[in-house]
Amino acid sequence: MSEEQVKQIMAGARSETKADLRLLIAHLFDDWVECHGDRVSGDDAAIITGWARLSNRAVAVIATNKGQELQERLQTHFGSPTPTGYRKALHMMQTAANLKIPILTLINTPGAYPGADAEKAGQGQTIAQNLSTMLQLPVPILAIIIGEAGSGGALALACADRVWMFAQSMYTVLSPEGFASIMYKDAHQAEKAAQLMHIEPHWLLEHQVVEAVLPESWLKDDLQFFKSKILQQLQEFDQLSLSNLLQQRQQRFRKF
Amino acid sequence: MSVNEQVRHFAQHPQAALQKYHLSVPQGIFRICPYCQQKYYFRSFGKYQVCPDCGYGLRVSAHQRLKMLTKKTVEWDTDLTTTDPLAFPNYLQKVQQAQAKTKLKDAVWTGQARIAHHEVALGIMDPTFIMGSLGTANGERLTRLFEKATIQELPVILLCASGGARMQEGILSLMQMAKISQAVTQHRQAGLFYLSILMDPTTGGVTASFATQADVIWAEPHALIGFAGQRVIEQTMNKALPPDFQSAEKAYERGFIDAIVPRPQQSVALEQMLSIMAATRWTGDCHE
Repeated sequence: MSEEQVKQIMAGARSETKADLRLLIAHLFDDWVECHGDRVSGDDAAIITGWARLSNRAVAVIATNKGQELQERLQTHFGSPTPTGYRKALHMMQTAANLKIPILTLINTPGAYPGADAEKAGQGQTIAQNLSTMLQLPVPILAIIIGEAGSGGALALACADRVWMFAQSMYTVLSPEGFASIMYKDAHQAEKAAQLMHIEPHWLLEHQVVEAVLPESWLKDDLQFFKSKILQQLQEFDQLSLSNLLQQRQQRFRKF
Repeated sequence: MSVNEQVRHFAQHPQAALQKYHLSVPQGIFRICPYCQQKYYFRSFGKYQVCPDCGYGLRVSAHQRLKMLTKKTVEWDTDLTTTDPLAFPNYLQKVQQAQAKTKLKDAVWTGQARIAHHEVALGIMDPTFIMGSLGTANGERLTRLFEKATIQELPVILLCASGGARMQEGILSLMQMAKISQAVTQHRQAGLFYLSILMDPTTGGVTASFATQADVIWAEPHALIGFAGQRVIEQTMNKALPPDFQSAEKAYERGFIDAIVPRPQQSVALEQMLSIMAATRWTGDCHE
């Protein structure tokens, strides 16, 4: 892939218009009730959780949040969740499982917050807890990558039955900057790194990391296509029994 | 003092105005908000009995609170009345006074209600009945609320307000926490939805059981929410507590509740919540 294309995807994935998942939620759903708090230690602004109605279907929504104003961006660490955020997501998933409500995660995060406090609060363990819980969760999970999806911080919301991504989004082992700083000891060589990392969605589709690549226009003008695609997927999930669902989820990750 | 200043002064200090002009005003025409201490004409608290300044919801009886939510109700388990298992001095007398005041047998109203076109099992605790404390009679009524809701496949909406376990019924009161928790768990295992709204005050054994076991927990602004009472903490630990130590706002900050929803906004929020929960869920597990 040319450097030009890499630049375009990175810019598209990180574009300002994609930062506002709250706006997307408001447009996408017919009813929306937000829930805060992880019931343990606090409320992380970098994770939005809530109950939603999409046409005649109930869904539990978990989304990352980069924030709009400077203050909110600082609060959310530019969309990087802390252990509190992952626990908040986990609480939502467990409640949804009790209520047999399918889970929809909307992902746009550079990765988990790499701060000293987050380390002390057990960032690694909380992500690990999310992975193992999600892989056993008795309801369908649909993960959609809207912009960036970096590292374990994204996987903690993407251990799903289906993972979709938009044409200008990226799903990576860690942010290209992080990759460059490990490989070249220079975070500024992010674009060179991105070229090597194969950030293009079609490569991921070929390697079955994701099930679908959605057109960018579905985020704005053609939102109804996006809605009906989600609804169609929810109906498809209805055809599976619980054991089939869990078996397929296991196979989905066993193949790598 | 200009006329404008005088008017402003008297608006802020109505008692001073009364004294100055020797007006005779009937008792109770002004009410003091227990939270922000501002005085207001009693009607300005409105239908929802909410302080016009700080949004605090006054402690009201279960019947009054019910009227704010819905008119379409069928009351359940009206026959359960309080007994005096410990033969506690003056207890039954106190209960009789509370019964006469609240028109309830004990500190909770339960029944089936229609809220925004959705049938729900509804419970409302009454803080004016011996501080809404949890005894065997209202504990049984709450347990039956969850049990009936499980059988009839109804969501539960529970408005909590309680000082905690009822001291006059001793250990039997503590057992109510476990009994109700069991019924809540069975309701959850049936995949049914439970929402609690924490009103002022929600403390002690109620906080430590069904009030915080809900799928979604809302609280009213400035409601006192905690486990050990302020006086108990201060007298046991010999340490003064900061103001607002156990407020709804602090509970929200610490991640224990999902949202603070003022009374006037609760109908709309409940309508949205119930319509989501009434929508189709995942039906896949029915194949087994």
